[in-house]
Amino acid sequence: MVDESRAVLTGTHFMSGDLACAEGALAAGCQFFGGYPITPATEISERMSRRLVEVGGVFVQMEDEIGSIAAVIGASYAGKKAMTATSGPGFSLMQENIGLAVMTETPLVIVNIMRGGPSTGQPTMPGQQDVMQARWGSHGDYEIIALAPSSVQEMFNLTIECFNLAETYRVPVILLADEIIGHMWERVKIPPAEEINVVSRKKPKTPTAEYQPFKPDKDLVPPMACFGEGYRFHATGLTHDEKGAPETVSAEVQTELVKRLADKIRKNAEKIVKAQRVMLEDADVAVIAYGIPSRAALSAVREARKKGIKAGLLRLVTIWPFPQELVSDVAKQVKAIVVPEMNYGQLVREVERAAKTTPVILLSKLGEEPHRPSEIIEAMRRAVK
Amino acid sequence: MATTWKFTAKEIVEKPDLFTSGHRACAGCGPAIALRQIMKATRGPTIVTNATGCMEVVSTIYPYTAWKVPWIHTAFENAAANASGIAAALKAMKRKGRLQEDIDIIAFAGDGGTFDIGIQALSGAAERGHDFLYVLYDNEAYMNTGIQRSGGTPHGASTTTSPAGKVIPGKRQYKKAIADIMVAHEIPYVATASIAYWQDVLMKTRKGLEVEGPAFLHVLAPCPRGWRYDTSKTIEIAQLAVETCIFPLWESTDGQCSLSPQSKIVALKPERKRPVKEYLETQRRFRHLLTPEFESEIDNIQKMTDKRWNKLLRRCNLVSL
Repeated sequence: MVDESRAVLTGTHFMSGDLACAEGALAAGCQFFGGYPITPATEISERMSRRLVEVGGVFVQMEDEIGSIAAVIGASYAGKKAMTATSGPGFSLMQENIGLAVMTETPLVIVNIMRGGPSTGQPTMPGQQDVMQARWGSHGDYEIIALAPSSVQEMFNLTIECFNLAETYRVPVILLADEIIGHMWERVKIPPAEEINVVSRKKPKTPTAEYQPFKPDKDLVPPMACFGEGYRFHATGLTHDEKGAPETVSAEVQTELVKRLADKIRKNAEKIVKAQRVMLEDADVAVIAYGIPSRAALSAVREARKKGIKAGLLRLVTIWPFPQELVSDVAKQVKAIVVPEMNYGQLVREVERAAKTTPVILLSKLGEEPHRPSEIIEAMRRAVK
Repeated sequence: MATTWKFTAKEIVEKPDLFTSGHRACAGCGPAIALRQIMKATRGPTIVTNATGCMEVVSTIYPYTAWKVPWIHTAFENAAANASGIAAALKAMKRKGRLQEDIDIIAFAGDGGTFDIGIQALSGAAERGHDFLYVLYDNEAYMNTGIQRSGGTPHGASTTTSPAGKVIPGKRQYKKAIADIMVAHEIPYVATASIAYWQDVLMKTRKGLEVEGPAFLHVLAPCPRGWRYDTSKTIEIAQLAVETCIFPLWESTDGQCSLSPQSKIVALKPERKRPVKEYLETQRRFRHLLTPEFESEIDNIQKMTDKRWNKLLRRCNLVSL
């Protein structure tokens, strides 16, 4: 009873962030889900176990998170759009294979519904403590893409965006949501299938004998042949040349590969980065936020304006690559920047780097309760005094 | 190996609980009963290491603890590795004369932490031969995260990631023969137990603690939430699992396999072997199997149960019936 048309449930729904994420994945053409239960991301697995089967996809519950992401790498190389979903401890277990996916340039999506850490931490409580892990979690130099949704609608939209970016740049893309967004229920509008922009990986056009699996085009991304498509190739976690042949001693090959893997993201950063600017035109003080704190920040900025504080908000949708330019521009204009985060200071370091001499104030929150607008207003008031 | 102790009801009642009441387990929780029984069988100072799972969560909700022994919560995948470290450290301290007492180590993990994510650590610890008892409390799914299938979930059970629908009748794979895998590690002691037979659980726990080297105890512990039955039926269901031979009781001591009394009776008097349907119909996780579309699954479960039972009888040198 497979019905592929059910991949896009066009209409208005009331659902949680986790469920919207699963629907976004299906709308983006996800055909494989490998996962392992973990609070607060389990609902994504549960939804996919029912829905993927309906549309002819494959759901596999793996033996752990290492198996989950390894299966996703396999499924992606077998030619399907593939994803997994997890939270802190599971994300930690995935790190080695994230490096493998970077090295083998495997398009895939990892959803991390962040809870409180370190270790088992607070499984049912929100956090934004995996921001730096998303960037630097696996060993070696690499660049990665991570997006941070701040509503249930964005869980749907950005999951599609994650697949599109993964397919475009042949890189693992992380949807970095927090427990509140994952478990919150809101209205979601799912557009008709034909209105959804879905991108798929580019395929090689060269004759099979001439195919070089890691020879990039001008955008630094190589076209991707998959298993069974007639091309013989070698994908490896070892440093490799454009033919895919392992090269474990040459400094030249190592330099060329590592630089290209980073540069395909760095040099395309302008195309990748998305952020929302709110009332920044004449702002004296800015809030830079992402995920759940950005909702309180928006409210705080509106309230502050009523109180005569010239406040503005830069809401980051893209976390990695870090929107350096956008933050620099804001910093040049304002007297101070307030960064509310549900951690003990992570993305604030990047903001400080981009802000140069403009003072940056961290508003750290750990545990159950997200920031209140009043706390953010108070911080802004102190900053511009 | 001498097994002189009897564990009479009087003795058990008089021994103080080391896993105490007041924990937050659900009414009718099988694993909580298993833990209480097992901790009654300890013989002296004992250290417990506990993998992530229901029993870790319900027994140590801040600021309380249900444990009257030193207790450590490890990650999900590494109770056996953690126990290895404890055992190696105690051994070194003994060798250096810094410790005279015998200290027992028990690692508790659920089916997720044993069949799936924890099997690598378990296999490694068994191969290295550390002296500890590993207890698998098996409630046949990831109950802590809301009833997802595990390698221990039986064929046909509906869980939130193996949902029964119009086409698929619940989980399609059969339960992994985890205790057999542990027998293949050639460790000194492997046993299965059901919380319906508390004396058997206690005796097997004590044997597992007494042997030198790794011991593995697989305890069937029904879960009313995940198996979908009335909370008063936990013990009845744990008993039915044995009487239907879905979960036979046996032990393997230095590779010698023998049936425990409750299963031996069934082996000797085959008319006492009850059909699996009687077990399946007590639990709503199997209710779709009682519909005409999926009836044949009950036959499949019966066939697999018989196949595994006959294999066990052969291993115990009892005639295949």
